[in-house]
Amino acid sequence: MSPILHDIALLALGTGLVLLTVTIIGEQMRRRRPASDPGVEIFMARVDSWWAMAITFTLAMLAGRWAVILIFAIASFAALREFFTYSARTKADHLSLAIAFYLLLPAQFLFVYFDMQRLFAVFIPVYAFLLLPFVAVLRGSTERFLRRVSETQWGLMIAVFCLSHIPALMWLERPGADGAATGRGMLLIAFLVLVVQAGDLADFHIGRRFGRRQIARGLSPKTWAGALGGMAVAGAMGMILSWVTPFGPLEAAAMAVVASASGQIGNLVLRAIKRDRGLRDWSHLIPGQGGFLDQLDSVIFAAPAFFHLTRLWWMSA
Amino acid sequence: MTTDTAPGKPLLPAPRPTGPSRFAARICGHALVLFARAITAVHAEWRGVAPTPRQRVYFANHVSNADMPMIWTVLPPHLRKQTRPVAAADYWLTSRLRAFAGAGIFRAVLIDRRPEARSEDPMAAINQALDAGDSLIIFPEGLRNQGPEPLQKFKSGLYSIAQSHPGVELVPTWIANLNSVMPKGEIIPLPLMCSIIFGEPVALREGEERRAFLDRAAAALLALKPEDPE
Repeated sequence: MSPILHDIALLALGTGLVLLTVTIIGEQMRRRRPASDPGVEIFMARVDSWWAMAITFTLAMLAGRWAVILIFAIASFAALREFFTYSARTKADHLSLAIAFYLLLPAQFLFVYFDMQRLFAVFIPVYAFLLLPFVAVLRGSTERFLRRVSETQWGLMIAVFCLSHIPALMWLERPGADGAATGRGMLLIAFLVLVVQAGDLADFHIGRRFGRRQIARGLSPKTWAGALGGMAVAGAMGMILSWVTPFGPLEAAAMAVVASASGQIGNLVLRAIKRDRGLRDWSHLIPGQGGFLDQLDSVIFAAPAFFHLTRLWWMSA
Repeated sequence: MTTDTAPGKPLLPAPRPTGPSRFAARICGHALVLFARAITAVHAEWRGVAPTPRQRVYFANHVSNADMPMIWTVLPPHLRKQTRPVAAADYWLTSRLRAFAGAGIFRAVLIDRRPEARSEDPMAAINQALDAGDSLIIFPEGLRNQGPEPLQKFKSGLYSIAQSHPGVELVPTWIANLNSVMPKGEIIPLPLMCSIIFGEPVALREGEERRAFLDRAAAALLALKPEDPE
């Protein structure tokens, strides 16, 4: 077995065991209560979604780079759709939104596939930023113009640009002894997703139980105790998983703490947008979680920071 | 896409589905459901009724030609099988492809909206379908709504159905956000999320006047409209 296959299998086995334990606990809670408890049902729906995500992602890693990029492109499409469904737009934005969905989004993920790192970094923040308002202006309508173009750009930044940094982590690997790609960059994606998820879960449970001071009063029940606890758990998780990364145990823990912190920021920011639009969830597409943006908000925010720090670490190493 | 047809243009005969064409229609129907879901992630909210196999008339707001396929998509398969949209013959019988879609895929009850050209009372076909036990999808506004008002005045058909078939549930059905997917004059559909909201059935009250009933039904439908985020 090649080393990368060995690591994917080990990671899948570990994740599967954790999910299996959680599933068994959930089933027992279900059996112990006479009536169906909505709390338990939501929890089980979430566990089912985690299973689905873990299996999809493992299969994609086994299939190769293209499959990993494809599933994140699909997630990006779903996230962008959730964002634009509730963003400010008029009929005059039809063409610019169509360009965003059908040209800019696929282009950004093709840059990842074809290793076009320069274009990847500037395409949306610079060229889309300058050209999309021009497309919108061609239709002649200036009604709420700044608001419309800003929200369109925001959607692209969050749902496409930031999200595409997740599969772009595949770039960050050293060639093997024979000079060929090792595929270990894929494992960094798993690392990022797992530590951020662990941090979010810990934040939720610790924050509800022990936290007192809220970070953003009136917006979110998130507390400082929860946030710090989440980062600590993410750090521990990072240390446990350091074997999949190029980092040593302490470095991996530090990276995980930073990723979890920026993930929690993303969670708050996207919650503020949701609140402004009067939404509880972005959509209903992932049972128990809401929409793709609800599921991915923290990983989306964590990805660019994690990407740049890893690259920096790489260059200094 | 437009529903405008020349007033006197002769219509194709409604095709009679045969074995192979029925099979093709089934396949195309499934493909259409997949496509609609992939683009709009269309989602049904059964707010006032449950998706149970009762005989019903779903009456909906009409903003685009995709309205009917969207409702058809969100109906669970066992309800879809017994539900037929009421559609304009002067639109669906103007080309081979449309005739295949209208009569084959959707099994539409086709009625001619042009009083000067039709030979049959449009209500006759509707009553016949209801007598056969089918559920229907209708758009009581008649033409697509392209004005600024969220809902246009209802035409009388809904009232006649309420009178002649008191046992059939009249379910208000609001189609949300579809207008932004494909506004009039655009060719490319935008992938934005849509939802279909089914409200509580409206029944004709004893001695209720035609206009009063129609306005009440329209109000029940409009009450389902989600608030704009603006």
